[in-house]
Amino acid sequence: MTTPVHLDHQPVNPLIVLPAWNEQEALPSVLQEIRTLMPGIAVLVVNDGSTDATSHVARRLGVPVLDLPVNLGVGGAMRAGFKYALRTGHDAVIQLDADGQHDPRNVETLLQAMASANVDVVIGARFAGVGAYESRGPRRWAMRGLSFVLSRLVGTRLTDTTSGFKLSGPRAVRLFATNYPAEYLGDTVESLVIAHRAGLSIRQVGVEMRPRSGGQPSHSPIRSAIFLLRAGLALGIALTRPATPLAPEVTR
Amino acid sequence: MSGYPFAVALCVVTVGFIVYLLRTRRIREKYAAIWFLVLAAVVVLGAFPGVLFGLARAVGVETPTNLLFASSFVVLLLVCIQLSMEISRLEEETRTIAEEVALLGRRIEVDEQFLRGDIRRGSTDEPTASDNERAT
Repeated sequence: MTTPVHLDHQPVNPLIVLPAWNEQEALPSVLQEIRTLMPGIAVLVVNDGSTDATSHVARRLGVPVLDLPVNLGVGGAMRAGFKYALRTGHDAVIQLDADGQHDPRNVETLLQAMASANVDVVIGARFAGVGAYESRGPRRWAMRGLSFVLSRLVGTRLTDTTSGFKLSGPRAVRLFATNYPAEYLGDTVESLVIAHRAGLSIRQVGVEMRPRSGGQPSHSPIRSAIFLLRAGLALGIALTRPATPLAPEVTR
Repeated sequence: MSGYPFAVALCVVTVGFIVYLLRTRRIREKYAAIWFLVLAAVVVLGAFPGVLFGLARAVGVETPTNLLFASSFVVLLLVCIQLSMEISRLEEETRTIAEEVALLGRRIEVDEQFLRGDIRRGSTDEPTASDNERAT
């Protein structure tokens, strides 16, 4: 399979990566949905050290699976996905949650936004005020603060910086395959800082989020306060780290 | 009499324990070295308490014991930070290895399917030439 020739921002061979940790319940329906909506698109499930049948249900549907021997977290699973994309000739990666929160219908929205705006990273931002994501108190302040600081830094309006629903273009895939943090909020907040520092452009596009198929995000005040502190720390560290330039493309 | 012999004895026992760990390969020389240095300092102070008193006078600490505790604290802190650094490095290495294992597993799977004739060349994602290059 030859690597397609592409412009700097125009992906021609995108790959949907689903980081999955113990998602045997929700995963099959998400995969079926993708297949129905976009029969031609490549899909990869990164099984992040699951202890259930996550890997098995994906294989049964004929979807390629990367089985991580240990749990690395979303950032770790995604970097493995980026490496896979780079080595199998995909020039774009769409991160889609395996729990059904991200609507596969919006993948097309992200791809169109990238093509028209000619940017390296497109974030699928949850509309402000969507029921399931109405958060209050410290958590809300954290989200607001992160959005404010990152918007100023990146020079474009970002309202949902902790969204995992992202499309990374050719240059972003090359960058993230070697430099994608596994720390808390690293895969969302810090990855945006890394992309910006490497000279990549970022935009957001509005998407609808669906309630997750199982489990509920915890929202106790103490947890929210901890989230605020950790978000502040993650952002502070990310901003003070030295920039890593984008490595020159390997000529094959 | 005094507690100094007790302190020295304690050090000797600890040194013996670290040597035992070294012999059974449960600790690497580079980490054992740090502890030997710490223990050597304690033995010197235990054998010649005068050294501590002299040091305390030299740096202007009223109570020699406080100098001892403060410096012990700093040394242990530095050792802990160093260990945290090592753990971070190990985690990053583990992460890279886990990724490679997963990617290799996938490659083997594709090759097996190909050999069994389940798939044809080009019908699925196959590693490209870049696969042979090592990403950091």
